[in-house]
Amino acid sequence: MSLPNPADLISQMAVDLNAHLSKRAIVEPRFIGIRTGGVWVAQALLKALGSASPLGTLDVSFYRDDFSQNGLHPQVRPSELPFEIEGQHLVLIDDVLMSGRTIRAALNELFDYGRPASVTLVSLLDLDAAELPIRPDVVGATLSLAPTERVKLSGPAPLHLELQDLAL
Amino acid sequence: MTPLDAKRPLQLNDQGQLRHFLSLDGLRRELLTEILDTADSFLEVGARAVKKVPLLRGKTVCNVFFENSTRTRTTFEMAAQRLSADVITLNVSTSSASKGETLLDTLRNLEAMAADMFVVRHGESGAAHFIAEHVCPQVAVINGGDGRHAHPTQGMLDMLTIRRHKGSFENLSVAIVGDILHSRVARSNMLALKTLGCPDIRVIAPKTLLPIGIEQYGVKVYTDLAEGLKDVDVVIMLRLQRERMTGGLLPSEGEFYRLFGLTTARLAGAKPDCIVMHPGPINRGVEIESAVADGPHSVILNQVTYGIAIRMAVLSMAMSGQTAQRQFDQEKAQ
Repeated sequence: MSLPNPADLISQMAVDLNAHLSKRAIVEPRFIGIRTGGVWVAQALLKALGSASPLGTLDVSFYRDDFSQNGLHPQVRPSELPFEIEGQHLVLIDDVLMSGRTIRAALNELFDYGRPASVTLVSLLDLDAAELPIRPDVVGATLSLAPTERVKLSGPAPLHLELQDLAL
Repeated sequence: MTPLDAKRPLQLNDQGQLRHFLSLDGLRRELLTEILDTADSFLEVGARAVKKVPLLRGKTVCNVFFENSTRTRTTFEMAAQRLSADVITLNVSTSSASKGETLLDTLRNLEAMAADMFVVRHGESGAAHFIAEHVCPQVAVINGGDGRHAHPTQGMLDMLTIRRHKGSFENLSVAIVGDILHSRVARSNMLALKTLGCPDIRVIAPKTLLPIGIEQYGVKVYTDLAEGLKDVDVVIMLRLQRERMTGGLLPSEGEFYRLFGLTTARLAGAKPDCIVMHPGPINRGVEIESAVADGPHSVILNQVTYGIAIRMAVLSMAMSGQTAQRQFDQEKAQ
């Protein structure tokens, strides 16, 4: 399977996000990327939007639901949100949406900072493998992979998608 | 004094991750750095409106204190609570041990309460090791101070304090001052500083309060405070442990203060931007002048804040290491 070039997806995502936000009359959203790939996508997206908004970064390691199976991620970094969450419209950005568990963890973490007015979910890819009722509002591309296949994003510049097969 | 632990692999799992936290001896620099990095992330959690993360939800942490403690016990409790664990604290010094129960029997009783983790403080050196050796697998043991041997979470919170105020360890001069002989904090600090690459570690004390063989830690020994403090970046003061003093090690507290007490005048010999640390509880006018303890160089209260983050890091990493080992054992069994 050939994977799309992230740069090609980002410009359309910027258009779709603008349309989504104006439909909901959201004027000053706060942008948050999920470490690490989501931060790269968020940076590219902000550039495409021509926005100088500060970017928050979220590390969801402390909120994951697989701690009792997989333990703590060894390179956990502090989350940095240079703005209030309370009452704000948030745009949450990740690279690859799969089970939806990372987004669940991210939402839980965000709510520990305050009660946002809304959260819009943006993902570069949706692998159509949700295990939770979580769907993106804006998505670059939707792919269906074989059960053993995974997609990995490398970056930050240039962004590049790579297919990995766990069975190999 | 035995500066080297024979049982050091006990605290690591097969992949070299922490599964108990007993001593800093034998732990690699990468692991110590990982503890500091993880603690940095937990410090950020401590600054939020909601200071709790769900990492250890459903786990039970049992603080077993055979020796009195306020700061260490409460910060361990707070750390466990901020990780969403359930916490029980037993002050054994005032209960079973005084009724004649052995350490092992106390331990079996605690195991029967299905705790996932023990934080142990004990007056005898090696007590935490002993418990880690005899505890059932999958239960993590954290040393909250054992006799004169080690106080590894204090050591790491001191390292976090130094790193946050000085950036790195590479070009630092650090002086540890006072009752080195009775101090498990001094031992843990010397080991950690060495491992993290601090090039100039000094200990300053009267000869009677220096353990024999201290040079094995790779430290420079001074018996004159002014000489030892010259141009240091970090001063770690130790509490004079009067309760452990047997025999006439010191002529008097007044004499000790006159020669080894940290005063504003003495501190003037250190670097202008030096920091002053103390594990607490401080004895004002015994090892440190009030003007220094409350002065601009003092980071003594920051240490307490950092202590919570370090304890959160160690609790979660040890639990994580136990989990990984269990997975590994299961895979091996299949």
